[in-house]
Amino acid sequence: MNWEVVIGLETHAQLRTQSKIFSGSSIAFGAEPNVQASAVDIALPGVLPVLNREAVVCAIKFGLAVGAKIAPRSVFARKNYFYPDLPKGYQISQFEIPVVLGGGLNIRVGAGETATEKFVHLTRAHLEEDAGKSLHEDFHGKTGIDLNRAGTPLLEIVTEPDMRSSAEAVAYAKALHALVQWIGICDGNMQEGSFRCDANVSVRPTGQKEFGTRREIKNLNSFRFMQQAIDFEVQWQINEIEEGRAIRQATVLFDPDSGETRSMRSKEDAHDYRYFPDPDLLPLEITADWIAEVKRGMPELPDAMTARFIVQYGLSAYDAAQLVATRDTARYFEDCAAAAGLENAKLCANWVMGELAARLNKEGLEIAAAPLSAQQLAGIIRRIADNTISNKIARDVFEALWAGDGKDADAVIEAKGWKQITDSGALEALVDEVLAANQKSVEEYRAGKEKAFNALVGQTMKATRGKANPQQVTDLLKKKLGA
Amino acid sequence: MSLTLEDVARIALLSRIELSAAERETTRDQLNGILGFIEQLQAVDTTGIEPMAHAVDVVQRLRPDRITETDRRADFQALAPETEAGLYLVPRVVE
Amino acid sequence: MSDLINSSLRELSAALAAKKVSAVELATLFLDRIDKFNRALNAFITTDRAKTLAQARNADEKLRVGADVTALTGIPLAHKDIFCTRGWRTTCGSKMLANFVSPYDANVVEKLAAAGMVTLGKLNMDEFAMGSSNETSYFGPVKNPWDVSCVPGGSSGGSAAAIAARLTPAATGTDTGGSIRQPAALCGLTGLKPTYGVVSRYGMIAFASSLDQGGPMAKSAEDCALLLNAMAGFDPRDSTSLERPGEDYSRDLEKPLAGLRIGLPQEFFGEGMDADVRAAVDVALTEYRKLGATTVEVRLPNSGLSVPAYYVIAPAEASSNLSRFDGVRYGHRAPEYADLAEMYSRSRAQGFGAEVKRRILIGTYVLSHGYYDAYYLQAQKIRRLIAADFVAAFKQCDVMMGPTSPSVAFAFGAKSADPVQMYLSDIYTISTNLAGLPGMSLPCGFGNNNMPVGLQIIGNWFGEAKMLNVAHQYQKATDWHTRMPGGVK
Repeated sequence: MNWEVVIGLETHAQLRTQSKIFSGSSIAFGAEPNVQASAVDIALPGVLPVLNREAVVCAIKFGLAVGAKIAPRSVFARKNYFYPDLPKGYQISQFEIPVVLGGGLNIRVGAGETATEKFVHLTRAHLEEDAGKSLHEDFHGKTGIDLNRAGTPLLEIVTEPDMRSSAEAVAYAKALHALVQWIGICDGNMQEGSFRCDANVSVRPTGQKEFGTRREIKNLNSFRFMQQAIDFEVQWQINEIEEGRAIRQATVLFDPDSGETRSMRSKEDAHDYRYFPDPDLLPLEITADWIAEVKRGMPELPDAMTARFIVQYGLSAYDAAQLVATRDTARYFEDCAAAAGLENAKLCANWVMGELAARLNKEGLEIAAAPLSAQQLAGIIRRIADNTISNKIARDVFEALWAGDGKDADAVIEAKGWKQITDSGALEALVDEVLAANQKSVEEYRAGKEKAFNALVGQTMKATRGKANPQQVTDLLKKKLGA
Repeated sequence: MSLTLEDVARIALLSRIELSAAERETTRDQLNGILGFIEQLQAVDTTGIEPMAHAVDVVQRLRPDRITETDRRADFQALAPETEAGLYLVPRVVE
Repeated sequence: MSDLINSSLRELSAALAAKKVSAVELATLFLDRIDKFNRALNAFITTDRAKTLAQARNADEKLRVGADVTALTGIPLAHKDIFCTRGWRTTCGSKMLANFVSPYDANVVEKLAAAGMVTLGKLNMDEFAMGSSNETSYFGPVKNPWDVSCVPGGSSGGSAAAIAARLTPAATGTDTGGSIRQPAALCGLTGLKPTYGVVSRYGMIAFASSLDQGGPMAKSAEDCALLLNAMAGFDPRDSTSLERPGEDYSRDLEKPLAGLRIGLPQEFFGEGMDADVRAAVDVALTEYRKLGATTVEVRLPNSGLSVPAYYVIAPAEASSNLSRFDGVRYGHRAPEYADLAEMYSRSRAQGFGAEVKRRILIGTYVLSHGYYDAYYLQAQKIRRLIAADFVAAFKQCDVMMGPTSPSVAFAFGAKSADPVQMYLSDIYTISTNLAGLPGMSLPCGFGNNNMPVGLQIIGNWFGEAKMLNVAHQYQKATDWHTRMPGGVK
């Protein structure tokens, strides 16, 4: 039998605010346990929540970025359950009326020119508070509770069950990850738990309309684990069904060491969250004026920017999408193209995605931390374009500027004497010398060995220490050899 | 509609309140008395009536995003039954 | 010194200003009375002479320098033990918090301290404010100073008994379904529950968040007005605190009542009210007519549903509000347990009393899957009908009046076996909480066994100054509010 995989994702994005969603505690990561847990966060008797305006701004930005409806009035509800890292015995969340409804994300599945596009629909996104952390290391057989994270603002983003493979799920997660950083509402740090995904996975015989029973894989904190966990889970479910066992709805954890998913024991009791509107918080009103104000402060969105890059810079859809991977990359490229001139935009794109990306990757640097500015790179590109230097020399200039050796391309070229030999008389003399010194190659070429010609080009370039224009050298050699 | 002992046990579990077998029986009777009393609400036609969750009809006020709290861990943990290394301790949680 | 215990707050303020008495002397006077009478009345859970006197010395210093002095500087008061009070044990009448020394002050506590008031101690109450007789307190029942075999009412029973016995000139209370007004009535005092949102709930341990409201309790309306001036006001830490311009609640005290339209909800004058209560209320209404007011019959057709609606909404909110008491960060933790689940369920079973547990269980049930719409949502819809009744009725009147409680103070044990009978003690007070309206109770005579009867005034939204005016004019014409129980002289 053929099986179809159905996946929906729920993502918890920690919002980039200064303070918690309902208290004035810091949300900075890495503090000593419980020093960022105020009276409100530890739920002392009598304390009350007050909503952080910035968390709402983040939700509005997200709603605008995914083309969703932003609820003019949404409601905070209590989700009741007991857990030691949940101090109030309930989580303040949104249930019946979330702040963001609908919308969706374009995702690109696969790489290169064979990639396919897909639109993933969002069900909703809602504001809620994070729980604290349970530390299971041994405290005499006990669990330690750190409530620093309790009350950190989260946006929970829920998709429709639109994804049909682990690759689609990962592509969606990556696109969402890029988007929340792009609009500045989440730092995207997955190690620190700022961006966590849960995957609802089910399988059904191809062609069947009804969904199969789903199991939820909790806390996938890397894209690689997400792929592995979903692939394992899908195979497990198919095996179960094929062996005649029904899938039971469950919450499971992924163990990266074994590569397997396993049922969570603590979630086995049937939950009854008894959601009801939080009487301590009034309805959240978001006016059209407020939305308009937030919109004015929003950056251009990735899809719009990709489309613009194609038209404005004459880039391929693939190149444009690559450059729009992050806001910093896009900004670097645009700064570079602005300084190098629109006619050199394609060359800028090649350098940003090629030499620069490779070098950053090698050093483990973000583009914002590149020692070479967009203007410096543009200086190199201008000298390539006007034939002052060859591509090979350009790479040397790039290295020099990367190392801080010189203020711009022209200064480096001048100081190192790397200017391309464009004087045809001087070049002709050099070619004559090379031909005289390499009679053997000349004879082989004349005997029909094409390779010998390349050797002569190489020798000439070597004699110019790379400063000649390779095309000019080729032309000259051909003329001299009477080809 | 009247509660069974199983219903009482389920509600007590959700509420995290331990009840002995004897308490379960008295609780069932008392809760059924109260539920019988509130049952009269069912007879009211509330079609089209908006539920009233708050005593006042105002919208949520928003707090500026500022850090206003300082570390008071020592004060707070002086109240706790069991702490170690700045953490609250509880019996081992099994995930 | 002995008239000081019967003095109004204004008189105490004048005596302090004229240096006829110091704040320390005043505090000592009341502390000594607490020492003498509290054993019999059980009104206070906690006192701390050293702390009180330190505050009194501080007030005397302010009075000496003349800086930062308000109408309340140096006047003692006591707090219902539901208000978190920094450095003071704050128990909420529960074993759960029997050893909880609050690390912070409630907004009300902070405001009254800033006004220079001196804290005499923490007052007994029904556990987590759940009760109408003070019999649910872990610290034992409070006795009614008018007859120690009778309940003082609840849940602010300690506040009421302490003022009635002149163990404090004033106290804070909270009112979720009548918890200020009913004990005020049963102990012969004046108490006011403000419009929801006028007094901050920050630091007031929550029972039912959408109904809870703190307010003053004292001998007279004039005292309540002064106290409310200090207690009310916007608090940014409470989302339900209303941003309104400041008010002087005593501004209208002296306005004559000519032309006042008093609405008499017919539903409050039917069967269920004892004859002695009815007689006292009728005499009070006659007095009001003498003062120039007219009375008009009004209808609150859904008010009969207020008690059942309340006993869905309040337990639902309470069941969630009380989940934080889990033995992890503070409060009672069971000495023995096998695992986490048992630690929770045992700590809570041991830490909470029977009535609190009952309400948590009912609240959990009405919110649970499959019952939410039928109970909780239905109750909230009925809540809107009840509020709408008031809007309509207030088109015909300026205030409403009726009994505060259907009977005078009853004997201990009289209603404790049947929760529903106990719940019906609040039949006249609950609807104002559901609607968010302000309400008052003031003494209007004595009924069976010479026990006090309370007259309830219900104001329109934000009608506190009007209610206080209406109450004060009555208190100028009558002396019920000056009567003091015989046993505590």
